[in-house]
Amino acid sequence: MNTHTNTPAVEIENLSFAYRNQNVLEDISLKVPHGSFLGLVGPNGSGKSTLIKCILGLLTPDKGAVKLNGVPVKKFDKWSEIGFVSQKANSFNSGFPATVFEVVSMGLYGKVGLFRFLRKKHKEKVREAIAQVGMEDYTQANIGQLSGGQQQRVFIARALVSDPAILILDEPTVGVDAKSVSNFYTMLRELNNEKGMTLILVTHDIGAMSEYVTDVACLNKCLHFHGDKHVFEDNKEEMMTAMYGHEVNLLEHNHDHGHHHHHHDHDDAGRGQE
Amino acid sequence: MIDVFFQYDFLRYSLFTGLMIGFLAPFLGVFLVVRRLSLMADALSHITLTGIAFSMLLGRHVTFFSALNPVYMGMIFSVGGSLLIERLRFVYRFYKELAIPIILSAGIGLGVVFISLADGFNNDLFNYLFGSVVAINQTDFYVVVSLTAVVTGLIILFYKELFFLSFDEEQAVIAGIPKMPLHFLFMVMVALVIGISMQIVGILLVSALMTLPVACAMRLARGFKQLFFYAVLFGEISVVAGLVSAFHLDLAPGGTIVMANVLLLIGTIILTKKQSM
Ligand SMILES: Nc1ncnc2c1ncn2[C@@H]1O[C@H](COP(=O)(O)OP(=O)(O)OP(=O)(O)O)[C@@H](O)[C@H]1O
Ligand SMILES: [Mg+2]
Repeated sequence: MNTHTNTPAVEIENLSFAYRNQNVLEDISLKVPHGSFLGLVGPNGSGKSTLIKCILGLLTPDKGAVKLNGVPVKKFDKWSEIGFVSQKANSFNSGFPATVFEVVSMGLYGKVGLFRFLRKKHKEKVREAIAQVGMEDYTQANIGQLSGGQQQRVFIARALVSDPAILILDEPTVGVDAKSVSNFYTMLRELNNEKGMTLILVTHDIGAMSEYVTDVACLNKCLHFHGDKHVFEDNKEEMMTAMYGHEVNLLEHNHDHGHHHHHHDHDDAGRGQE
Repeated sequence: MIDVFFQYDFLRYSLFTGLMIGFLAPFLGVFLVVRRLSLMADALSHITLTGIAFSMLLGRHVTFFSALNPVYMGMIFSVGGSLLIERLRFVYRFYKELAIPIILSAGIGLGVVFISLADGFNNDLFNYLFGSVVAINQTDFYVVVSLTAVVTGLIILFYKELFFLSFDEEQAVIAGIPKMPLHFLFMVMVALVIGISMQIVGILLVSALMTLPVACAMRLARGFKQLFFYAVLFGEISVVAGLVSAFHLDLAPGGTIVMANVLLLIGTIILTKKQSM
């Protein structure tokens, strides 16, 4: 983890990605140093989830490269050092008969490794993670019978249970109530400050987020801004209009199709949800 | 009632084999059902029939095959079929379930061709379709024992990986779990278990033994481990009840085992009326 303090936790170099013919990410370069807490923001369809999937090696970029701890994604094998809560956490089949304990245990499977079983100390860790997200009263409950927000908390616990060095969260607090959201952000800040965990948080909740993060990245196909959160705060107005206000204009700049393109965006977003 | 099964060797082999498949079929069936692949068992059992027909056809011309239990050829076909289904699921990425009817009908089509080439197989074929209480000899029995040991061992060994993959494939892949090798291994195990189960339950009903006990268990289980427990319990109850009544009433065991299963299913649905799935 901290052995290579100079190597960034995540390094993205000139990355471009297209779904079939639609360019989604263009020439993104980004370094996330160890111990930083990055807030990644941008409008719907701006490519945030796509970028995360490239970081995790689920999608292969058309151009450029991603390195984790200095290792190219394709060769990276210490996946238990990386925790991930996906935007579509509820995509699992909700009739699946698994208890909260069983679901959170999955977070340790990669770390425990093939041909090995969970031991007592692992089970202890699972209980700790469940308590950390305040779900200890539901340890033996069926995951499908919890509310959406409760399920989300369980998935957060699953990402935390292996003590990852890097934690990536794609809109993790969707459906979580306001009080729990602020508790959750506080918890993230503690993980960042006390354990030195590197965090990447995708969110639309720009107001709340900027209280907790150290850095901000604004994405809309290209990377519009990346830097210290104070710089972001000082230029927030500008950033917002650049990203959200004149979105269509911006697209016109970067692309020939103009308004048509904007329409396509929405069509595809609907299909992409499947 | 059941003591007659201990008086004769061939009945004892059938009973023990029945107990083992009453364990194995629902055990693997749990993964099939939660991954929404219940129909896979149907497709594979039909390909097993193709293999059996092929082996019987060869048996008419080659002495080696006339001595060999056709079920082994059936197993080879069904393993091949499971690999083909995987390929097809990849071809029709957005309509994955299409792979199943394609392979199922191709299998039956080919099977029917083999059967007509050999001018029909009469009585034997009836036993393969609907099962038999007396189909198991000593060699078959030892094959079943070893397969049971191997499959159970493999499932225990890879339990956590298979569980994770069934629950959330994307996350499992991110966690570094080798998806493709495990999936192939699992499909091969399903193909083999179908091969051994069909001697007693019959081809047309073998998939019922993989899915009905799991369907009962789904109504009762809260966690994944409980699901195995209930599924195997219901599987065993129906096999024993089905085999005993098949012998005493002189019926094909496939029918009685599945009917026992259906009764259990109706019972659990009534008992758990309040839940919906
Ligand atoms: N599987 C897919 N196939 C084709 N196009 C896709 C797919 N997934 C996403 N897209 C397209 O890529 C673009 C970026 O999508 P992405 O999910 O990365 O956006 P996002 O920034 O995460 O949005 P949101 O804030 O809504 O989560 C969208 O225009 C979408 O239409
Ligand atoms: Mg997204």
